[in-house]
Amino acid sequence: MYNKTVMDHFRNPRNVGVIEDADGIGEVGNPLCGDMMTIYLKIENEHIADIKFQTFGCGSAIAVSSMITEIAKGKSLADAKQITNKDVAKALEGLPKNKLHCSNLGADALQLAIQNYEDKLAGVTRPEPIRKQKHEHSHGEKCYCPYCDIEIQEGITFCDACQSSLEDEH
Amino acid sequence: MKVINLDHISAKPLLPEVKAVMITAIEKDYHNPSSQHKSGEDAAGALQTAREAMAGLLNCKTPKEIVFTSGGTESVNHAIKGVALANEDKGKHIITSNIEHNAVIRSLRRLKSNGFAVTSLPVDAGGRVNPQDVAEAITKDTILVSIMHSNNETGTIQPIEEIGKITREKKVIFHSDAVDSVGVVPMDVQQLGVDLLSFAANTFYGPAGVGGLYIRRGTRIFPLLDGGVQENNKRAGAENLIGIIGTGKAAELALRHMDKRLMHLKALKDHLLNELPSHIDEYIINTHPAYSLPNLMSISIKYIEGESVMLMLDDDNIAVSTRSACATGSLRASHVLLSLGLSHADAQGTLVISFGIDNSKEDVDVFLKALKNVVTTLRDISPLYQKKADKLGS
Repeated sequence: MYNKTVMDHFRNPRNVGVIEDADGIGEVGNPLCGDMMTIYLKIENEHIADIKFQTFGCGSAIAVSSMITEIAKGKSLADAKQITNKDVAKALEGLPKNKLHCSNLGADALQLAIQNYEDKLAGVTRPEPIRKQKHEHSHGEKCYCPYCDIEIQEGITFCDACQSSLEDEH
Repeated sequence: MKVINLDHISAKPLLPEVKAVMITAIEKDYHNPSSQHKSGEDAAGALQTAREAMAGLLNCKTPKEIVFTSGGTESVNHAIKGVALANEDKGKHIITSNIEHNAVIRSLRRLKSNGFAVTSLPVDAGGRVNPQDVAEAITKDTILVSIMHSNNETGTIQPIEEIGKITREKKVIFHSDAVDSVGVVPMDVQQLGVDLLSFAANTFYGPAGVGGLYIRRGTRIFPLLDGGVQENNKRAGAENLIGIIGTGKAAELALRHMDKRLMHLKALKDHLLNELPSHIDEYIINTHPAYSLPNLMSISIKYIEGESVMLMLDDDNIAVSTRSACATGSLRASHVLLSLGLSHADAQGTLVISFGIDNSKEDVDVFLKALKNVVTTLRDISPLYQKKADKLGS
């Protein structure tokens, strides 16, 4: 089901844990299947000095979390902001198509953690923790139905192949 | 490498005796049972022996009440669509439950788009349908009640006999999907009061790809497959004779060894239930404590996700099944678990442990030890577990 790289990161996840005095925390949850990911950042000189994660989810969700921490560690904030979910999937040498939709939330959690850090610096307080609402695609990325794996057009609310409503998650 | 199979609900091994009769059947090169020459009659004789064994397992009035099919799914489709098409002049209302297998749900969905009305009944917190609800749901348009015998995810057994009394009194056809029960627990179609009963051979260590439908004599039903006159005109197409011969042998052995197997399986399940609390905490048992299959147990382990548990146990050479949304392919939380009132998060941590006669008490011990480690590992990285700890600490 999963390739060797994914299984390696699932079995031996890197940077697991909590940073007690974190400078930024990002949390994402997928209402569709219930995966949850939290990323903790320690920032020094505008660089990610330390990064840790906690994840509730399937094999790919754990592997994605592990990989995003490996990619982001040591990067400048400017560089880290460029990291996308697609980069994570690529570094893992691919994920099952339906899991691209479902579990590939690592970059989202990272971006929220950076946002959280910058908000704190700017003295911005938000009434609710910011959460990513909709599934987004980087340009040129194909999109698949999370239920039946069929390639679908971006923005549609109904999968013709399996008759599933995609309103909530697409 | 020895793998401990605790996923018998997905696949059971063929019994050596079943394998042996199937190999003999292959070597015999049977002719077509429908042919009237000597070779054909030979094949028809083997088919009849298997049918009699199957009828014996279910206590049918005559072996003619058994129709062999390609498995549980075909049987269910045949029962539901066959009754609907043959009785639509009488009415177009069907009653079912919220926890049926997809073969039932999707057959009914198909009928719904063709003008049939379906009432789907809830289950109580224990996962059982209330027979009184069935009685109250029956109208003059009701032509069929379809309620499963045991649930494939929880193992909980439904009050089929009580429902059978109601459907008989109201003269409504009653089908029960007994795919996970036939050959595992004693089954008497007379006592249950069902008109149709679906079964699958692999459930009792016969070959996958063979199953059947019990059709009470006099039940109005159309074939699902039209063509030749095989299976007493109820299922066209040349029979899967090798598979059916294996099924007959498996049925004969299931009946003969029923008590012994029940005792063995029940001991394993009791052992697991007794030992579980000293290995892990914070879990929910989804299986009914009194009315359930002896070989199946569904456990929802809090704060962790089932696919991860399954993959880690797989590393330890232990095969289990999970009902986590992430692992089902559909990516949806199980409708059965949600019907029991489980939250999405708790449903995510659901394992289905299913024993077979090839399991031993030592297998359960190995599993428990491995499970303890896996649960600790995954809770250590779970934000839900962290939140719970923070809550307790504050």
